[in-house]
Amino acid sequence: MVSPIDSLEAPGEPPLPTGVPKAQIQGRSPWYLAWLRLRRNKVALACAVLFVLIVLFCLAAPLWAEHVAHTGPNENHLTDTLLIDGQEVDVVSPDGTPIGPGLHGKFFLGADQNGRDVMVRLMYGGRTSIYVGLAAALVTTILAVAVALLAGYYRGWIDSVLSRTMDVIWAFPVLLLGIALGTTLSIGGLKLGPIAIAGDSLWIPILIIGLVYVPYFARPIRGEILALREKEFIEAAVAQGKGPLRIMFSELAPNILSTVVVFFTLNIANNMLLESALSFLGAGVRPPNASWGSMISDGYQVIFTAPHLTVVPGLMIVLTVLSLNVFGDGLRDAMDPRAKIRLEH
Amino acid sequence: MGRFVARRLLGMTGVLFAISVIVFLIFNVIPNSDPAARIAGKNADPALIARVTADLGLDKPLPVQYLTMMKQIFTGELTSYAKDRNVVEQIWEGLPATFSLCIGAAVLWMALAILFGYLSAVHAGKFTDRALTILSLVGISMPVFWLAAMLLYYLTFKVELFPTGSYVPFTESPGEWAYHLILPWFTLAVLFVGIYSRVLRSNMLDVMNEDYVRTARAKGLSERQVRMRHVLRNSMIPVITLFGLDFGQVIGGGAILTETVYNLDGVGLYAGEAIRSLDLPPLMAVVMFGAFFIVLFNTIVDILYAVLDPRIRLGEAAPA
Repeated sequence: MVSPIDSLEAPGEPPLPTGVPKAQIQGRSPWYLAWLRLRRNKVALACAVLFVLIVLFCLAAPLWAEHVAHTGPNENHLTDTLLIDGQEVDVVSPDGTPIGPGLHGKFFLGADQNGRDVMVRLMYGGRTSIYVGLAAALVTTILAVAVALLAGYYRGWIDSVLSRTMDVIWAFPVLLLGIALGTTLSIGGLKLGPIAIAGDSLWIPILIIGLVYVPYFARPIRGEILALREKEFIEAAVAQGKGPLRIMFSELAPNILSTVVVFFTLNIANNMLLESALSFLGAGVRPPNASWGSMISDGYQVIFTAPHLTVVPGLMIVLTVLSLNVFGDGLRDAMDPRAKIRLEH
Repeated sequence: MGRFVARRLLGMTGVLFAISVIVFLIFNVIPNSDPAARIAGKNADPALIARVTADLGLDKPLPVQYLTMMKQIFTGELTSYAKDRNVVEQIWEGLPATFSLCIGAAVLWMALAILFGYLSAVHAGKFTDRALTILSLVGISMPVFWLAAMLLYYLTFKVELFPTGSYVPFTESPGEWAYHLILPWFTLAVLFVGIYSRVLRSNMLDVMNEDYVRTARAKGLSERQVRMRHVLRNSMIPVITLFGLDFGQVIGGGAILTETVYNLDGVGLYAGEAIRSLDLPPLMAVVMFGAFFIVLFNTIVDILYAVLDPRIRLGEAAPA
């Protein structure tokens, strides 16, 4: 039976280039094959490009702030006026309503209640949101891979202890745990031996978000490692006298790399959503630093008079998270062996 | 089987105990500041702080404080630091709103997810499938609170279709109750519709290639019967598992964002307020309450799995 999914999700093996003798194609690595499959998924590639563009947009924040908007992300312009079509317009009108979006360099996307330039804040806020999402994904990935390797390799009591710990984190209501940690840590910061983190540091949301998602990733990879552990090549490595670390990193780790890459991409998207939720509830990124979530939190107070303050950062979150989700899906289809199996039907 | 259930229940108690200790530590060790001083207010004199400390038993060693707090939770005598109100009563008062929101949303998300997943799988690769895939991807990419804010702005303010949030008890007026909850239900359901319909779609596509489906066709069942009775039913198992886990999360605090934006007087809103005032007792109780539901549903799923699949009883844990 021909599965109709072929055309949509898992583009087939690319046709062999004409005139190339078969022998020359033998040496294609799985990564190269995955890339060939990914290359045919135009939607996923478009989303990757979109994500890169969003990152570039955010990286350009200082340029825009300096050369176009002439203001920083946290500078108030409560009493300023703006010259539009020869008319003086208040940045924030006397009744507290800020100026809306318009095609002028200053206040391109309008101002907020404090007269801060929304465009500039959006760009700087995006840096924070993406930075937190990326860094937290790194934290999660490193911790989860370490837990899974240790638990899956040693099994026995180490596995029991690690798995039960994961169970406990898993059983926490994710949001409540995040908010509880975010609120308490922001009071006095974190002091753990030589590590000291200030209460308003970005590393607090990063570590919290990184921690709460560890079990969601550690569990499935632990399963993969447990299965790989039984394979002959591990037995061979043991017989060659390789030590535990060697086996974990040079034998087991490469085999879960494709899972890790896919998870990492999708995890950034999830982290950005959690960061925005925590910031919205006041337990994430601390003011005056902007993140897209905290911008929505601020803007939501005046949603009925100045909806652009809520709409714009929310749209940026949706675009960024969507692009990561679609690209991550495409990556999974390209790398997941199951996708290959489906092709053979 | 009895031993398996007993083991899971014992594990459940252990996890709840660990969670209560962690929450207690989070609030007593991390903040680096004296809770009595926080409660007494900004300009309190030392005598007042000392009295608050003695009143709340904060001068006793941490294990004693922990035991007192747990005893109060189970006897229903726990009172909050900040507002001096009975915590268990307050959670009890929040239950109708939270349950109304979560159960209604759950019904909605399961119904829509099954419909969308089914249509997607049946029309895989065609326009319907693509459109539904895009919809669900957008759904899982939206911050819940932002969606809530947008619906609130466009559907209650710009176009006055729905009332602006707040909860009307079912006993007062069932019509108003539902009318006020339509937007919150929809908001909470969107994310899960996106996730579940995609899981169901890919499961159905897998199951469609199974031999027993070919057998069903070969024995002359109509395509509809094959899809409903053989494909859909067998594809539902992972979705039910997910449902067990997510429903626990949603009741246990996952609905906090929806409750906050729509101003529904539920457990989540209560927890949010407690967190902002760093009020430990309510938070302790709410997290325990939430964790209880999560662990409970986890355990139910595990036991159900064991009933369905004897191999799991012999192994260590059910697949997540």
